[in-house]
Amino acid sequence: MAGFLVRRLLSYAVLVGVAASLAYLLAATALDPRSNYADRTPKPPPAVVDAQLTALNLNDKTPLLQRYATWATGVLRGDFGKAVTGSPVNEDLKRRMGVTFRLVILGLLFGSALGVLLGALAAVRQYGWFDRLSTGLSFVVLAVPVVVLANMMILTATWANERLFGRQVFLVSGEYSDGLDAGFWGQAVDRLQHLILPTISLSIGLIAVFSRYQRNMMLDVLGADFLRTAMAKGLSRRKALVRHALRTALIPVVTYFAFMFGALLTGATFTEKIFGWHGLGEQLINSIFSNDVNTVAAISCLAAIAVLCASLAADLLHAALDPRVRAR
Amino acid sequence: MTLHEEEVAEELSDGVLARSPSRMRVVAGRFFRSRQGVAGFVVLALMFLLAFAGPLFSRWSYTDKDFTAFLQPPSSSHWFGTLQTGADVYALTLRGMQKSLVVGLLAALVSTALAAVVGAFSGYFLGWTDRVLSWVTDLLLVLPGFLILAIMSPLFESGQWPLFVIMLALFLWMVTSKIVRGMAISLKEREFIQAARYMGVPPARIVFRHVIPNLSSLLIVDATLNVSAAILTETSLSYFGFGIRPPDVSFGTLIADGSKTATYAPWTFWFVAGLLVVTVLAVNLIGDALRDAFDPAAKR
Repeated sequence: MAGFLVRRLLSYAVLVGVAASLAYLLAATALDPRSNYADRTPKPPPAVVDAQLTALNLNDKTPLLQRYATWATGVLRGDFGKAVTGSPVNEDLKRRMGVTFRLVILGLLFGSALGVLLGALAAVRQYGWFDRLSTGLSFVVLAVPVVVLANMMILTATWANERLFGRQVFLVSGEYSDGLDAGFWGQAVDRLQHLILPTISLSIGLIAVFSRYQRNMMLDVLGADFLRTAMAKGLSRRKALVRHALRTALIPVVTYFAFMFGALLTGATFTEKIFGWHGLGEQLINSIFSNDVNTVAAISCLAAIAVLCASLAADLLHAALDPRVRAR
Repeated sequence: MTLHEEEVAEELSDGVLARSPSRMRVVAGRFFRSRQGVAGFVVLALMFLLAFAGPLFSRWSYTDKDFTAFLQPPSSSHWFGTLQTGADVYALTLRGMQKSLVVGLLAALVSTALAAVVGAFSGYFLGWTDRVLSWVTDLLLVLPGFLILAIMSPLFESGQWPLFVIMLALFLWMVTSKIVRGMAISLKEREFIQAARYMGVPPARIVFRHVIPNLSSLLIVDATLNVSAAILTETSLSYFGFGIRPPDVSFGTLIADGSKTATYAPWTFWFVAGLLVVTVLAVNLIGDALRDAFDPAAKR
């Protein structure tokens, strides 16, 4: 097991290195930081622009490989360089990671728990009214892209704020209100009001996906011999379903959960951007627009690490839950 | 009796001998007997008809601007209303739908073809071919596709959308290719492949003539589901200005523009959003019905 893990980790490290390097090279060739200075008034002299770009390691007059070498040695020492504004990328990303984490963890927990519950209920009564309803709904939800869903929810929320409540119940922008002075509980409520919509928009799609997965897994398990044995031993149907069927059917879903978490750390891009949360995903879009090569490379490096950690976690969880995998 | 005579005899006795129906016919029969398959097929056909024949019935083309009607609600002259610029929403929406449908279909075809070729080659040849191809697959899985597409977006200037299609396809094929690889490994041991090999058929030809056609059911279902994935990705990218560029329009650019004015002019957002959801839903229904129809364990 240990040898397997070490080999896995090594190949992952190589993959992350190659992926980050590729992302840097692509960003450095496709993005043009020099154009940021073009429409400033008064126009800065070319020598000044050159000096600033060189200081940020963004000057396109230095050969690409030399810039890459400077960047790579920095990254190996744990320094992702400076953003176009001159501030260090590390600090900015550290703060943003916290924001993204707070947004994603709640949406993911909420979405997966509800999805598993709905999927299990649907499978127990296959082709019953609940099964049909949840299948139909999840088909509709899977056809709605996040950008449309988020905008629909903002529209509905503004309508509800005006017509139903007469005051601001759902807040649609940012993580918390700036300069709010309302004590601990006031601030907690304020944060909650900001959280509701992004959490729903993140978790609705997850609920649909997880419920489909869980339903199919559960159906496979329901016909299995061990379940019949459990009931033959005298367990009630309900107990057998919860203790044996649900638990076995959860194994693939848990692996999927770990994988989803890694993907969402940067995959919440659309939700963050539309709801104005200053997380990693939002910064990714901003940095592409502001030709910020170092930030783009740093975020893609983080994304690669997140995906690989998640797939490693998925493998380990699978081994921990499934005795057949452990035995091998 | 020679082989030729046998064939002729078989053709002559057509209808007398009870023939077993072909695989294609069984699948098509199952597909059109399922309610969701028919519904999805009809809706998608209607969408195509609307996108490509719909503009003929309107007085406005997507470049026209009506300077007597700015941001007007739907009326008899502008069926879906107008934008702030006076552009007709109906004409714009149909134009965007054409582009989105074409981009989605092409990207799905390219990505499924890529998945089939890469997966089949690495599964059939194994060894170094497999190692290299699997490594490339893993690398592309690790690179966030959205990011790469966004970085490359300055290259998709207007009129360069075929390049966009190829890039989109490049980030959709990996998972399928892994499945194809696994199936190709087991196909390799089957008698008909071994027979071909011992008869001296070149390996590349075995892959294209025998391995890939035997995976067609998986690939057809995958291509269908990729259509919806491609349309959704295209929409999200174009929404942020990373995909289709103006003056070209697509679902994504229209939704991005519409969402800004949606609070006081709902027609700029809801028509496009609705058509997008219906289209993707129809494609997903077809994919699901196809999967059931191809299922060898199905009873009917």
